[in-house]
Amino acid sequence: MRFRASWAVTLAAALLVGLLAYGVASKRADTSIDDAIASGKRVAAPTATLPLLGRAGEGSLADYKGKVVVLNFWASWCRPCIEELPLLERTHRAISGRNALVLGANYQDVSTSALGFVRRFKLTYPSLRDRDGRFADHYGSRAFPETFVVDRRGRIAARRRGPVDQRWLDRTLPPLLREKA
Amino acid sequence: MKALALIVLVLAAGGPASLPDVEDEVMCVQCKTALNVSTSAVADQERAFIRRQIALGKDKRQVKAALVDEFGPGVLALPEEKGFNLAAYLVPIALALIALAGLIVAARRWRRRPSVAATAPGPLADDDARRLDAELAAYDRR
Repeated sequence: MRFRASWAVTLAAALLVGLLAYGVASKRADTSIDDAIASGKRVAAPTATLPLLGRAGEGSLADYKGKVVVLNFWASWCRPCIEELPLLERTHRAISGRNALVLGANYQDVSTSALGFVRRFKLTYPSLRDRDGRFADHYGSRAFPETFVVDRRGRIAARRRGPVDQRWLDRTLPPLLREKA
Repeated sequence: MKALALIVLVLAAGGPASLPDVEDEVMCVQCKTALNVSTSAVADQERAFIRRQIALGKDKRQVKAALVDEFGPGVLALPEEKGFNLAAYLVPIALALIALAGLIVAARRWRRRPSVAATAPGPLADDDARRLDAELAAYDRR
């Protein structure tokens, strides 16, 4: 009887510890993309079907396979995100004729506020709505804005955790635009 | 009867929501703290969203539904009762039941333990028996 009781207590304690460990581990940011890029590898870009911002229906990064995609996580409450929107629009216009585009991922935002900035900066590129932030979690996102460049085979070739600038785009995009699917 | 039904309906629907009433039951989605203690830009935006919903005449339940529609279920301070979130509700209940079961087992064992008074004394050693006899004889002589 005593043996069985001690087993039950041990099992209950192990379950509790396991639950706690799972909770802690699940909150930790995923660094697998950064690790892969640091070692010169390209990893498959996570995809998810999400609602489109300001448009009916849903969209996914997977819809753009065969194209170079500049995936930009942004939010209207994030000042640096707003500051880089005009540059991203200029980039989109410059690369859209070369089978490439900028794709926004609007992160945990009030859609009317986000649409306000879309209109203000006359953004022509589409944005997905990552309303609960799970899509960004797959990219190990910690601070915004964050930008990932996805090659024509759907793999992450570059990432920028923080605002992008013209120099980074000029250095990153041309070699990827020259690659074939 | 109709008036009573109307009152019940009004009570069930709930009155118009207020910001303090809602913001202590929802989270700041980015800072992961309760909205009523959050001061970030995201929190301010969420509060503005709630005010707009209240201005539209929505009650608390409707405002919370609008928040979930905008930010997903993670905006609610109490998680939905499904999937892994069930642990938030089940673990405390399970712990309480385990503690109760432990108390019952301990109480039963304590009740079954034989009392000291009921224990039959063992036979005296020869030396002790002789000493006892001598003591009793001395007592009788007094």
